[in-house]
Amino acid sequence: MAQHHNQTAQTLAVTANRLLDGEVVYFTDGGSWSEHFKDAAVVRSKGDGEAMLQRAMPSVEALEVIGPYLFEVREAGSGTAPVSVRENIRMNGPTVRLDLGKQAEHPRV
Amino acid sequence: MYRYDEFDHKIVTERVEQFRGQVARRLSGELSEDEFKPLRLMNGLYLQLHAYMLRVAVPYGTLSSRQLRQLAHIAREYDKGYAHFTTRQNVQYNWPRLADVPDILKDLADVEMHALQTSGNCIRNITTDPYAGVSADELEDPRPWAEILRQWSSLHPEFSFLPRKFKIAINGAKEDRAAILFHDIGIGMARGGNGEIGFRVYVGGGQGRTPMVAECIREFLPKTDLLAYMEAILRVYNRFGRRDNLYKSRIKILVHQIGAEAMAKQVEDEFAAIQKQGDTLNVPPSEVDRILAYFAPKNYESLGDFAPETEEARLADENFARWLDVNTAAHKIPGYRIANISTKPVGGIPGDMSADDMDAVADLADKFSFSELRVTHKQNLTFADVRGKDLHALWKALDERGLASANISLITDQIACPGLDYCNLANTRSIPIAQEISKRFEDAELQRRIGRLHINISGCINACGHHHVGHIGILGVDKKGVEYYQVGLGGSSDNNGSIGKIVGPAFARDEIVDAIGTIVDTYLKQRVNGEEFLDTYRRIGLQPFKETLYDTTQH
Ligand code: SF4
Repeated sequence: MAQHHNQTAQTLAVTANRLLDGEVVYFTDGGSWSEHFKDAAVVRSKGDGEAMLQRAMPSVEALEVIGPYLFEVREAGSGTAPVSVRENIRMNGPTVRLDLGKQAEHPRV
Repeated sequence: MYRYDEFDHKIVTERVEQFRGQVARRLSGELSEDEFKPLRLMNGLYLQLHAYMLRVAVPYGTLSSRQLRQLAHIAREYDKGYAHFTTRQNVQYNWPRLADVPDILKDLADVEMHALQTSGNCIRNITTDPYAGVSADELEDPRPWAEILRQWSSLHPEFSFLPRKFKIAINGAKEDRAAILFHDIGIGMARGGNGEIGFRVYVGGGQGRTPMVAECIREFLPKTDLLAYMEAILRVYNRFGRRDNLYKSRIKILVHQIGAEAMAKQVEDEFAAIQKQGDTLNVPPSEVDRILAYFAPKNYESLGDFAPETEEARLADENFARWLDVNTAAHKIPGYRIANISTKPVGGIPGDMSADDMDAVADLADKFSFSELRVTHKQNLTFADVRGKDLHALWKALDERGLASANISLITDQIACPGLDYCNLANTRSIPIAQEISKRFEDAELQRRIGRLHINISGCINACGHHHVGHIGILGVDKKGVEYYQVGLGGSSDNNGSIGKIVGPAFARDEIVDAIGTIVDTYLKQRVNGEEFLDTYRRIGLQPFKETLYDTTQH
């Protein structure tokens, strides 16, 4: 899978797809999952990232999500944004159908 | 077209209920994702970037209007109001919910459709010429044999766990419109020494990471031997194909490693062994006749080739005249034409169609083409049997819905895979590149002047967008999370199949469309005597393109 996790990245968040409908979700500070990137917990070291991913794993057993993984984010203005094109597209929806995906229901984040 | 018999109905219905149980067990936690994944893939269900994706088989690309309406219904009811026609003549839905998939499969089964063998290491949907049965240059209709192959390969226990996926294409016309040289097995209808019709068999073609043109291993195969010979090839592959390395597991690698001659020998030995066991793989003549009957010529009217109403409209309306010229093809019956519906309006998404348009097309198929249509590997739709005198009415109805783009085989008739807008394996986006190129070359007169030119775009090396065989092929490559595009020139999937050659370093996202512009300009300057792009390229080679491309873009 291309455009996946950059091994040297330091600023990280955890994402997965929801089991029921495949929706893109993000692991939050509270240990739950949100459809919105703005709710994603962001950590700033590789070690913290691995620890967060471990905390997210029980959600697989709990039938909430499939395939959690870490991805790189960057500081952007007052918040953060995914680095790769892939994660930007997952965050918003297809760039060729702005009426579909998360971007259809929520303004771009 | 073929209608299910009791066995087809039983198999498909049972599979729906089996999958319903599997989904329920997944949702209750009885099955883990690792356990469930192979089961869902066997039913055409993938997980993509934003959601699940369901791939529905369209056997050899043929659909009835009733089936198309059901596909539209599914798009509306369970998805987001559209579907995507693929380069394998199939249909994909991009947003189904897991819990809804059994109901979708049930709705498909109601119209004799399913999603079996659209994934996994099995024999995939058999593909063929979208003009099969009606083209003027055809030796014989390949569809009955595509159907026989479909039945033989459906859930074939010996070939359900091959080293890798396996694709078979069959073509019955002089012109290869099924890209048979780029399939694991390519079958061309051919004439034997006594004038009888049978098959020429090619093996080991393919695209992906290691593109290869198939080699002919049998100049002539009698019809009765088709299944035994297929079985022999598959057995040799099953025995010798590599299972230890994903990238070396396709039959093309085996053919490449041992050579076509040795491959032919292995297959012939196996074939002889199968034949010794008796004629169990011969399709009984009564069964062949039963299947042939489904593909019997339609109830054609006796019409003259000249339709005055069409001619009048052609003279009066240049848009219609252009569509007639570009989107229709010769039919073997006087007074009929083959009409193509492009899914590629300027700036559109190749292969996508809204549920409303699908319903409209189904209605038009009822009205103008014996309630049937075909999906093409170029992601367009074909009405195979349109009366010449109905062409203007058909065009008008299509035009009203924005479905009358007159661009078949022109530069804006691009193949583009879903790419990074949807696909989990993608390096880069494909669709926006196709959209920008189509806008760049929007002008109909410019397109006509450029002539036949196939641009094919894949978002990764898996080559679902057939970039290796594009006259201009574009491959998305990932450079540290940034999209780049590599360009190949001179590919072709027709009778003189060839694999495109990479022209030089990849182009950035904001350079690629200009690069295509430069390639086209270079061709227009270099062409002589009305050559097509491919002729010019084959005459002058890569060098002139390299010079203009890399001078102008400063690589
Ligand atoms: S070529 Fe690659 S990106 Fe395109 S659909 Fe196939 S796997 Fe996905």
